[in-house]
Amino acid sequence: MNEPNRLLLSGDEAIALAARHAGVALGAGYPGTPSTEILEHFSELGGHAQWSPNEKVALEVTIGAAFGGARAICTMKHVGLNVASDPLFTAAYTGVSGALVVVSADDPGMASSQNEQDNRRYAVAAGLPMLEPSDSQEAYDFMWAAIEISERWKIPVLYRATTRVCHSYTIVQPRENPAAPKPANFERDIRGRVMIPAYARPAHRRLRQKLAEMQEWNETCALNHIVEGDHSLGIITSGISFMHAREAAPEARVLKLGFTHPLPMKKIARFVKAVSRCVVIEEGDPYLVEAIRAAGISVEGKADMYRFGELDVPRVRRILNNDLSLEPAKPPGKPPQLCDACQYRIVFEALRKRDCIVAGDIGCYTLGVLQPFEAIDSCVCMGASLGVGLGLRHVLPPDQARRVVSVIGDSTFVHSGISGLVEMVYNPPPNGHVLIILDNSTTAMTGHQEHPGTGRTLAHEPTGKVVIEDLARSLGIRRVHVIEPHFGTDEFDRLLTECLESNELAVIIARRPCILIAKQLKQYEAAQCECTAAPSAAPSPA
Amino acid sequence: MTKINNIVVAGLGGQGVLKGTDILADVALRAGYDVKKSEIKGMSQRGGSVTGDVRFGHRVHSPMVPAGEADFLLVLEPTQVEPHRYMLRPGGILITPEAVPADQLPNKKTLNVALLGALSAHLPMAEELWLASLHSGFAESFFDGNRKAFLIGRAGQKQGK
Repeated sequence: MNEPNRLLLSGDEAIALAARHAGVALGAGYPGTPSTEILEHFSELGGHAQWSPNEKVALEVTIGAAFGGARAICTMKHVGLNVASDPLFTAAYTGVSGALVVVSADDPGMASSQNEQDNRRYAVAAGLPMLEPSDSQEAYDFMWAAIEISERWKIPVLYRATTRVCHSYTIVQPRENPAAPKPANFERDIRGRVMIPAYARPAHRRLRQKLAEMQEWNETCALNHIVEGDHSLGIITSGISFMHAREAAPEARVLKLGFTHPLPMKKIARFVKAVSRCVVIEEGDPYLVEAIRAAGISVEGKADMYRFGELDVPRVRRILNNDLSLEPAKPPGKPPQLCDACQYRIVFEALRKRDCIVAGDIGCYTLGVLQPFEAIDSCVCMGASLGVGLGLRHVLPPDQARRVVSVIGDSTFVHSGISGLVEMVYNPPPNGHVLIILDNSTTAMTGHQEHPGTGRTLAHEPTGKVVIEDLARSLGIRRVHVIEPHFGTDEFDRLLTECLESNELAVIIARRPCILIAKQLKQYEAAQCECTAAPSAAPSPA
Repeated sequence: MTKINNIVVAGLGGQGVLKGTDILADVALRAGYDVKKSEIKGMSQRGGSVTGDVRFGHRVHSPMVPAGEADFLLVLEPTQVEPHRYMLRPGGILITPEAVPADQLPNKKTLNVALLGALSAHLPMAEELWLASLHSGFAESFFDGNRKAFLIGRAGQKQGK
């Protein structure tokens, strides 16, 4: 068992614990591997955590909380920050009154993602301070530091973690006396928060001034430290790469950077000068090495082949040895697949049989691309199935256009498919379009989180519910069908054929709860019934 | 002690790979070691390969076991032996379901715990720590079955030595 002062926690759990200890008033986000467990754990610890429909809304909600003087965190996976980038850039101008920490959980190597973008670039692009923890202790400590920096400079902080920090368990010693934040309170600041051009111009100058001050402060900041060692080899590193580098070259002198934007260039220059060879070890993009070289400091980077995928100890050894030989290929493991009893099997079988051109989306059902179905033709980002399908319908010759179908899951639909549906109504293709919403009543791929279409909160309690068919009908779509797909009948097949041949706009909602959570769903529903049946119960939300 | 003990556990989604690494890491923590555990679980519920790395010793840096440096490879599903064999160091020990008599286990869900029992015979942590971790790591009703499975796995290795 964990002793109270020596806990074995994942990075995600450590972030949540620090947020709780620091009195974070609100955590909001959208589920995404490897970030999902942060808000789940924060909620289990008694924190106020919410799933938003998408990351943009989550960030806006937490910006509001931080305008109100509270401490707030917003969590997402790396690609989620693309969705949230609009408020992010301007929140850098407005700043905050309380604290706002934006956690971006990147996935180098794409364990469960569609790309391996390096979100350290966002810190530069938006002009935000950035912290990068390298284990769970730092995940805990850096959340405190991020809150302190956010409150001191009144600015959102980008907190960038990666899969091996989020999902690795390492020992954490929490703080003994967590401090309470000051209570939320609204103080009007029209020029500071209303970004009309006249107020935004000085706000941009204020942002650059803050960054200059933070850079100076960072020169002596304890978040960066030097591990003493042999001066013949110096390593500059951050995040999980620090751990691999320590093991690959235990004799080296290491500058470990924790506060990685704006960078402490004077400290870096002194470090480089004191060693005879200096190599930058970083996963993903050459962010540090480019910034350091741009400052006129000469360092070695990694060969381009190491830009792809995760780093580990053997790869760091290779980088240090300038080894450019072909890396041994890892034997393939068993790929995941759609569960045997999954309703999506019926849908993909029907799509394959009709040789449909399928604009797919992000979720379990993306597995429909694999054998035996191979029934997905595109997967770009959350919500893209609608727009991509419509674009194909507009340009393809009629015999191909009539076979185009968009396929999206329920959570993804609420996330960013709704605006695609509006596009479908507003710019209908000449031969109509068919949208299939695979509604399994959960966000299955990330581990069964709730969403606005389930009518339950993050903590599985009843709340307002978005009814997908009502929403589609309210937009004026005539053909809205709800069907429970069953094995052994061709009912779904016939409905699909009918819709494809109608030349109209059609929405088919294939609804059957995910078999993996059938038991939990019964419990939630039973709890819901008790709640509404009890005469003394508080009025349930609309 | 400067040596790091490297253990890789592999299997398929739903077999209890990650529960197994949870218990192992917890036992190392109880024994006072520095310990790190790393897992890739994004697709685990869809029946794909799942692996977890556990490393313990005086001081552990990287949470990932380097390829070819695993002292022990624990595999819960025979088809997963070959895909993960490259993790094992020369002379490292492979522990597969063959290490435990399946017909003696309380039920097949305890295979992960039985294999931990087999592993435990090679590791320095005391039996009480393993049992304490099994006790707190599962619901109370599972403890008797898990204890039995663990001891069967442990005894099998001791006889085999």
